[in-house]
Amino acid sequence: MDRVRLFAVARKEVLQLRRDPRSLILAFLLPVALLVFFGYAISWDVTDIRLAVVDQDGGVKARELLDGFRASGRFVVASRLERTADIGPLLDRGRALIALVIPPRFDADLGAGRTALVQAIVDGSDANTATIALGYAQGVIQQFSTRTLFQTRRLRLPIAVQTRIWYNEELASRNMIVPGLVAVIMMIIAGLLTSLTIAREWERGTMEQLAATPVTRLEVVIGKLLPYVVIGLADVALCSLLGVLVFHVPFRGNMFFLMGASFAFLVGTLGLGLLISAVARSQLLATQIGMIATFLPGFLLSGFMFPIDTMPLPLRLLTYLVPARYFLVVTRGVFLKGVGPDVLWPQGLLMIAYAVIGLGLAARAFRKELA
Amino acid sequence: MRLPERFDRLREFVRKELIQVFRDPRLTRIVLVAPVLQLLVFGYVVTTDVRRIPTFVVDQDHTLASRELVRTLAASGYFRITGRSDRPRDLVEALDHGAATAGVDVPRGFARAVTRGDATVQVLFDGTNSNTATVGSGYAERILMAYALRDGSLGSALPVELRARAWFNPNLRSSDYNVPAVMGQLLLLLSLLLTSLAVVREREGGTLEQLMVSPLTAGELILGKTVPFALLAVVEMVMITAVALFWFRVPFQGSFLLLLPGGLLYILCMLGVGLLISTVSNTQQEAMLTSFLVIMPVMLLSGFMFPVSSMPVVFQWLTLLNPLRHFLEIVRAIFLKGAGLAALWPQFLALLAMGVGLLGFAATRFHKTVR
Repeated sequence: MDRVRLFAVARKEVLQLRRDPRSLILAFLLPVALLVFFGYAISWDVTDIRLAVVDQDGGVKARELLDGFRASGRFVVASRLERTADIGPLLDRGRALIALVIPPRFDADLGAGRTALVQAIVDGSDANTATIALGYAQGVIQQFSTRTLFQTRRLRLPIAVQTRIWYNEELASRNMIVPGLVAVIMMIIAGLLTSLTIAREWERGTMEQLAATPVTRLEVVIGKLLPYVVIGLADVALCSLLGVLVFHVPFRGNMFFLMGASFAFLVGTLGLGLLISAVARSQLLATQIGMIATFLPGFLLSGFMFPIDTMPLPLRLLTYLVPARYFLVVTRGVFLKGVGPDVLWPQGLLMIAYAVIGLGLAARAFRKELA
Repeated sequence: MRLPERFDRLREFVRKELIQVFRDPRLTRIVLVAPVLQLLVFGYVVTTDVRRIPTFVVDQDHTLASRELVRTLAASGYFRITGRSDRPRDLVEALDHGAATAGVDVPRGFARAVTRGDATVQVLFDGTNSNTATVGSGYAERILMAYALRDGSLGSALPVELRARAWFNPNLRSSDYNVPAVMGQLLLLLSLLLTSLAVVREREGGTLEQLMVSPLTAGELILGKTVPFALLAVVEMVMITAVALFWFRVPFQGSFLLLLPGGLLYILCMLGVGLLISTVSNTQQEAMLTSFLVIMPVMLLSGFMFPVSSMPVVFQWLTLLNPLRHFLEIVRAIFLKGAGLAALWPQFLALLAMGVGLLGFAATRFHKTVR
């Protein structure tokens, strides 16, 4: 490989990028926009659940139960109804998410030691929110239950459960999102940007010109990668910095290890992008393939937001082929767990393997296309 | 010119455009196959259900009671025992390596402590995925509490029991909620990306000028450019609906006759946005990156994966400007609630206003840029 020719190809690519300042700006604007949306706008947390109450008992215990709901901080009593028949229209119009029916003789049942049945009717159309809200309701009821039990019988639970959360002590979703976003952003930038570069040369007919020069195919591939590697690494640094400074995400590990793994991951993904580009030959097609091959797996199958353990088996097996899955273990490990190469070496090795395979495939596809 | 002639001309132009789009058989294949693949992945992956949490057990007691406790946890289906040991150090390692997400530590002398009534069990969670940790720790506490009550000398059930019923989606299947909504995402990706790129491709290739010197009016030109993608989007919509009904078995309560115009209005909006992007982009790369900058917020601020109601108020207002938000409300209400125009007219009106506005604005801009 000739260094002069390599840098000539890289310089040409840089010049081309410079002529297209918007792409450059977007390459940095996109990560920032994503960070802001994920950091500020979006969360799984379900708060202010609107509760409708049909209290057919009206006793002290019933009021105590409702106080329990309010005190949990998750529920807001949105309306009080007289009859259960009124629940239907209320849920239909989305005025309440859960309706709670406290039966008559609730107080009496509790006093007599019989099990009192409280009914919850939930608007299940958003199954996600409904499940979470029902879980909270269960928790409130259970707390109330045990308290009542021990008040009446002067007993205490024989087993105490101590729960501790590690790595993300305050359970903030931004701590989960930001390190994951580093991986997803690289997937988007690297995969989508490069999936266009060679397809563009084909479309404009400059590929033949490139083929007529003495550059080897590895020089073309690496030369084309270099500028994007720089952009990608700058994106990683930018995201990490913003995450730590603006969103106060802890950074407990080693910056150099993160950068090293990012470098390998980038090279692999960029190689994949070039492969798509070389195979597709048209930018329109390349973007569509790029979406399916890089963006969607990076977003959905990496464990970024949706845990891999809950997926059905075929998809779970598929995730083993998604490099972002392993890279995510690295970013989260470095950010939150503060672990280094001693723990993450398998992922590190996989990243290096990915880089080699990506480069190799890109170079091979390139030769075939030129022949 | 007489109307029939103009119509003939337009028809021929649309035909030419359709031929151009489908000339590349690989693009056709991708455009038709990709949505189904994406629907399958989205449908299975997008869920906040927490199940099968990989759990590491440290049993320092080795008694019937401790084994029974672990068995109860595993039998719930929420926890999957992935490793056992009697040294707490191994638990730390399992969490560090990501081999387990949760850990249970049963201390020595647990069984004796239970009979005394002062036993403690420690539950550890890897908080890296905040949703899994929040929901999972709730499950663990509830299961262990129920176990404590059963195992203890209290010999009674909890005094209050919650009976939950879900309306509109009785089984709380998250795929019922998510699969119809994926339609919105896929139409977004298809119509926006294809329109913006296809138009810019013509500009890059210089063939747009050729069209300008033809007798076609600007309006006809825009119509001809958008109709093929609108047709494609409608075909895609039908395909997605079929997969949702026959593969995911999502119930369909409403009317297809209402879904179709809703989809058309939404497609109108997206074509407008795509056209608008094409007027501000000079290269396909620019068009793609700009599209992405639009697609991400539209997806994230739509209520697709993250409920609108848990966003900060400012962002909730912003979502009102998002066509996808209104389309999702229409799709979900038609699929799950069987809602009619009486309930959905505000959403239809919003889509109509935005569609006409966006397409109108895009048309005037388009007109200017080609001149």
